[in-house]
Amino acid sequence: MIALLRRDLALALRSGGGFGLALAFFLILVVLIPFGVGPEGELLSRIAPGVLWVGALLACLLSLDRIFQLDFEDGSLDLLACSPLPLEGVALIKALTHWLTTGLPLAIAAPFLGIFLNLPQDAIFWLVSSLAVGTPALSLIGAFGAALTIGLKRGGLLISLLVLPLYVPTLIFGADCVRRGAEGLAATTPLLFLAGITAGCIAALPFATAAALRANLR
Amino acid sequence: MAFSAHNLSCARGELTILSALYFEVGAGQATILRGPNGSGKTTLLRVVAGLTPHASGSLDFSFDDVAYAAHSDGLKTQLTVAGNLQFWAKVYGASNITPAIEAFALGDLLDRHVMHLSAGQKRRVSLARLLITGRPYWALDEPTVSLDAEAVRWFATAVQRHLDDGGSALIATHIDLGLPEAQILDITPFRHTGSQDNPFLDEAFL
Repeated sequence: MIALLRRDLALALRSGGGFGLALAFFLILVVLIPFGVGPEGELLSRIAPGVLWVGALLACLLSLDRIFQLDFEDGSLDLLACSPLPLEGVALIKALTHWLTTGLPLAIAAPFLGIFLNLPQDAIFWLVSSLAVGTPALSLIGAFGAALTIGLKRGGLLISLLVLPLYVPTLIFGADCVRRGAEGLAATTPLLFLAGITAGCIAALPFATAAALRANLR
Repeated sequence: MAFSAHNLSCARGELTILSALYFEVGAGQATILRGPNGSGKTTLLRVVAGLTPHASGSLDFSFDDVAYAAHSDGLKTQLTVAGNLQFWAKVYGASNITPAIEAFALGDLLDRHVMHLSAGQKRRVSLARLLITGRPYWALDEPTVSLDAEAVRWFATAVQRHLDDGGSALIATHIDLGLPEAQILDITPFRHTGSQDNPFLDEAFL
């Protein structure tokens, strides 16, 4: 499993990998929003939590269809399914790789990008922790969607339709956590809800993903 | 435990295409699957590999003993030949990949990226993976596609050595591999002729 993680990370960092795509998208979005909204610091700092979380969510969505599609096309998913690795483990590792190459860089870059949106100082801690705690759920749900649509060419649209409703709770609690942090309110409760969603996804979704993969590999 | 199956039916999607199929490949034996295009060779091999569930009948072996090689090579083109083989070695817990490299003369290609290899060279890397798995039963789907005559001989040697070590092989191929003791299994007589179990699969809908 460690070998699979290392191979997938190496592939993501090489040319043609998805690393950087999500980060670049997030960066572009956050840089452009102030131009679109206008130079009103107060308005910007009010919408910043929502914009940052929506941006992170869409950036995650961008690279979802690559999670299994490339392995499916070159036949290595068949070989992985025949290998001693449990398919549930493969699903978990794939989601982890996706998070390490999208969610984690987003969480690390977010404080710097928060400055563009005039995010209050106090909220930065909550922004980073909510992204770090919430984005694993996005990757796990995304891997499930990707496994469902694996046989389809250009399944990106269908993945978005399947996955976006499942992303809504994470978005609500994530943005609420940052907003409360920005207003100086207690933000622990939404953060705990986020952690709960992520923990539930880690527990349940690798099995659902593996079942979807098995059904699609027939 | 033997590499055998009894009264097997295989379905592709909802459509049953093989039924009452029987095969038994003893230790040290190879069986060549024959049959026209579309007769169900790939479906049978995917059932044997555990990718497709069989519709009925029994398989007498564990899927954990089967090494499967498909039409596609399953190689990562951005990685080197060595990188690909070492990945599978770690997955299968193999310590030594030198025999696999030597069997298919890959020594000169180890540091090349797979995207710069020819189709035949890719196939050789893909077949070398079989030796790394260390599994006793091989289920191979058209393993010699795009191999030149010399590489086919290397492949036949590798299969023969596998058989000499007590392994078994079920190989779908249209060419003569030069394996003297190989049995031929023509799957055409096992084509499913009766009605389909699923009432919605009327001829009118096919």
